[in-house]
Amino acid sequence: MTSETKPVVRRKLVVFACFLVTAVTLIPVVMMVLVAFQSDDESMAAKPSFWPSSWHPENLTRVFDLVPLGKYLLNTIYFAAGTTILETVTAALAAYAFARLNFPGRSWLFGVYLATLMIPSQVTLIPQFVLVAKLHAIDTWPGMIVPHAFTAIGVFLLRQFFLGIPRDYEEAARLDGANRWQAFVRVIVPLALPALATLAVFKFIGQWNNLLWPMIISNSDATRTVPVGLQVFQDINGTQWNLLLMAATVTTIPLIILFFLTQRWFVRGITMSGLGGR
Amino acid sequence: MAVGTPPATSTPVPLTPATAPRRRSREALTAWLFLLPSLIGFVVFTVGPVVAAGVISLLDWNLFSSPTWVGLRNFARLGPDPTFWSALGNTAYFTLVSVPLTILVSLALALLLNQGIRRIAVFRSLLLLPYATITVAVAFVWIWLYIPHDGLVNTVLGWFGISGPAWLISDNWAMPALIVMSVWKSFGFGMVVILAGLQTIPQQLYEAGRVDGASPWHSFRHITLPMLSPALFFVVVTSVIGSFQVFDQALIMTNGGPGTRTTTLVMYIYQTGFKNYDQGYAAAQSLVLFAFIVLITAGQFLFQRKLVHYDK
Repeated sequence: MTSETKPVVRRKLVVFACFLVTAVTLIPVVMMVLVAFQSDDESMAAKPSFWPSSWHPENLTRVFDLVPLGKYLLNTIYFAAGTTILETVTAALAAYAFARLNFPGRSWLFGVYLATLMIPSQVTLIPQFVLVAKLHAIDTWPGMIVPHAFTAIGVFLLRQFFLGIPRDYEEAARLDGANRWQAFVRVIVPLALPALATLAVFKFIGQWNNLLWPMIISNSDATRTVPVGLQVFQDINGTQWNLLLMAATVTTIPLIILFFLTQRWFVRGITMSGLGGR
Repeated sequence: MAVGTPPATSTPVPLTPATAPRRRSREALTAWLFLLPSLIGFVVFTVGPVVAAGVISLLDWNLFSSPTWVGLRNFARLGPDPTFWSALGNTAYFTLVSVPLTILVSLALALLLNQGIRRIAVFRSLLLLPYATITVAVAFVWIWLYIPHDGLVNTVLGWFGISGPAWLISDNWAMPALIVMSVWKSFGFGMVVILAGLQTIPQQLYEAGRVDGASPWHSFRHITLPMLSPALFFVVVTSVIGSFQVFDQALIMTNGGPGTRTTTLVMYIYQTGFKNYDQGYAAAQSLVLFAFIVLITAGQFLFQRKLVHYDK
């Protein structure tokens, strides 16, 4: 083979490998959707089939009749959005203080924040539960949201971004008479929007996925989230695979859509933070 | 939101010995106002609970009756408890296999996507899809794929003449089955981080290497890997932390079984605290886990000094 054709062949091989890997990776997701449309008998047959021999879109409405899936989805949005907003706002304020303001004990306190990154969530799980129980906040939104809205990782990530913003921008605003709060809101926040979005997407996906905490704190349909709700669904129906996987499909789609809409920020955020390199 | 910062003077006063301390204390006050919301939450929901976990670990307490003080007895119970040791072993097994596997898969796919092909964003998005799914939901899909005899996984193995095990109820194969699912679920995150790292490596380095007659393996070993080490380190640290917390897929797919073969530490702490209502013992277990994480993180950072290359 000549040196001109070699790169072309190589490129074709790479593209083929990409297609192959992607196809294999997506099998579980495709199966989830296919089985969701199978008939009861077909999905529960001893020999599972891949392609539905008949399509049953009514499975969608059957799932909503069986469990209050819409309510669970709404609850998950409350929980994930509540923790995300609270965390992003408080972390941004704290990160600004750590990145830009001088105060006695700054590096010491930041060290304490960093050290807590090592604490496994299991250590705080039981005391947080006890605290929420003592405040009679079990099965309430504040009880679900507030304890999970403060993590050092958010403060750490945002401080990194804020340190990278040239001081001159802020000094210019200060010379124009802006106080610290105005400089923060008008200069730092707009410049850090990709970083704030990255933190928010990370947090939102993490909390949308969170099973353990809602499982412990929520004990009624009023606050039950999707991951907990899907589990209840398994108990009711055993292995009625078509309905179970229809529920899984319905609850996964919003997260996937959100992820696709925001992943450009998310990828840019990873690059900007220097996590991916220098 | 009104944060009570006094309006700044229109022109900054030059720092003279007389005005400097006043400005400094005003800046400190502003700093504390910015910190306050985060700090209150941090103290109440992180620092306080860690201290409380220390106290609860010294109690015999079922959450409902009043607690009794038992000193270090909960820690002494760990020694002769076979489930605790098996949970610790399972967590170590899971971590030692799933973390290197996740890193290898992430690295391989990032390298593949970085070959200068068009539509890289499409492949990247599709390969990120497992990461963007709900763990509980896809855990159910994987149970279905792992159905003994005629499940998809065993059907495919059958094409190659292999008769697959009854994955999730097999003593030896339940944990590998969980690991495969977990790698599938999480490699996308590592892939994106490593891809970002690859794209920051200056191409001149490779050209210089080629001039010097470096083989592809040589440039990978001596250019790509060192330049990528900060990204790899970040992925290793986050994967290790994540694998210590593995819970959702184990609860749904095996519920810790068969026996205690897939009972992880998180799951055992959950069972002890919220199924058996033995909060003191659960707290003691969580603190031992904490000690392990501190040791391992310290080890990783020592390792990092040797292997991770930062500029300058």
